[in-house]
Amino acid sequence: MTALWAVYRRELAAYFETPLAWVFLTAFAIAAPSFAWHVGRLFDTGRADLAPLFDYLPWLLMILMPALAMRAWAEEREAGTLEMLLAAPIPLWAAALAKFLAAWTIAGLALSLTFPLWIAMNYLGNPDNAAIATAYFGAALLAGGYLAISQALSATTSNQVIAFVLAAGVCLILTAAGLPLVLDAISTRLPGVFAEALAGLSALARFDSLRRGVVSLSDLVYFLSLIALGLLLAMALIDARRGGGR
Amino acid sequence: MAFHLFNPCCGYGDNAPMIEALDLVKRFGSTRAVDGISFTAGTGEVVALLGPNGAGKSTTMRMLAGCLEPDSGVARIAGSDAVRERRSAQTALGYLPEGAPAYPAMTPRAFARFHLRVRGFTGAALTEAAERALERTRMGEAASRPIGMLSKGFKRRAALAAAIAHDPQVLILDEPTDGLDPNQKDGVRALIREMAAEKTILISTHLLEEVESVCSRAIVITGGRIVSDDTPAAIIRSAPEPSLASAFRMLTGHSAEQATIKPRKAKKAREGVE
Repeated sequence: MTALWAVYRRELAAYFETPLAWVFLTAFAIAAPSFAWHVGRLFDTGRADLAPLFDYLPWLLMILMPALAMRAWAEEREAGTLEMLLAAPIPLWAAALAKFLAAWTIAGLALSLTFPLWIAMNYLGNPDNAAIATAYFGAALLAGGYLAISQALSATTSNQVIAFVLAAGVCLILTAAGLPLVLDAISTRLPGVFAEALAGLSALARFDSLRRGVVSLSDLVYFLSLIALGLLLAMALIDARRGGGR
Repeated sequence: MAFHLFNPCCGYGDNAPMIEALDLVKRFGSTRAVDGISFTAGTGEVVALLGPNGAGKSTTMRMLAGCLEPDSGVARIAGSDAVRERRSAQTALGYLPEGAPAYPAMTPRAFARFHLRVRGFTGAALTEAAERALERTRMGEAASRPIGMLSKGFKRRAALAAAIAHDPQVLILDEPTDGLDPNQKDGVRALIREMAAEKTILISTHLLEEVESVCSRAIVITGGRIVSDDTPAAIIRSAPEPSLASAFRMLTGHSAEQATIKPRKAKKAREGVE
């Protein structure tokens, strides 16, 4: 536990010691409301809700989470500090979990930067606050899933740009798999069960049900499994390096 | 090949070697980087791993430090297997990896504190241990500046401070004086001598004068195998001319060949663990 806490603190500090956290938070604080405003027509819908924000959030997270996660292991590999980390009495799960939790903390902080919109909606009308809270919860889970997978991919390379591109690609697949466009195309060519299976794997579909205010056990299990999968994959990849390519 | 056992003074048990390498083998692809290396070292010993580039020194040290698993053989630190009882082995160990890697945005003080925190240090004990390590490595005011902005010498000493901060029983230092100016080299050697009595220290180096000035024993490695394991004085006596350089040339006869395969092999070795 001490090792987990120590690595978490270091990781969190690392985000703020470099401009990364500030650039990321600023980008998010500008991009998220801009999307809602310009693309989602936040104030033209005539409704007091944050639907325009949550419509575009998965697409924003799909790019920004890989950017936040790309340094996780690639930077340690590049700088050689991974060797120092592997020689310290830190269980691998603690290192992987600490890195994930630190990045997730930054993602949570970024999401909270859109709270002024929520407050504005309450000022302008009577939004369904419970539904908005659930949507934020869903957004946090979605961000967590993207982060865990992206950090695992960061363990495959010592080049952060490659880590980013790989992660953004996988997050795109995870997101787009649930789009009607993709699902329709598949269901016209393949038996419906394939489209159903694909929709079941889609992070977007899971997020959609959460943002409608429905918390189902299967959605929770989905996101937690995605996070667990990312963490286990990162651990396996780093452990394989300890084996020296045997 | 003379095998020194250890100084039977103290440790996890009476007469117990603190560093044990038993027939260690590591391959990278078809290259046998380490090919059956065995030695033990006990408390009070400062052992040098000496050899040309690509001889397998760093790979041996990585296996002892638990950040690279041997293909066969056993590495033990303070009686704990570096693979099966890794955490207990690593708790007794301070390790300075090749190139002295450190987080560039951190200050040496924060870096040492991070290492201590990982090992369960808190509060006053943490601060005391960190400050003592920074003092011993003569970091001075550089302790509060980001490591990325420091000179190579300070950077190396920052990594060294982190390695010694928890006062481990065993120290494995991969080229601890590389990149230091002569005064800094003397400082680090003095520190090694100062710590030697109560610890087991394994260093790798290219510098023959370093072996003579701080080491009680030298293990010469070439091509992943031990070709000599003796006191520096005895190694010198075995040479045609009375110098360690002469002995080194004699023992590592095919060093030219080693040097030519080094870059690719070194890269492979790096890829193995980075």
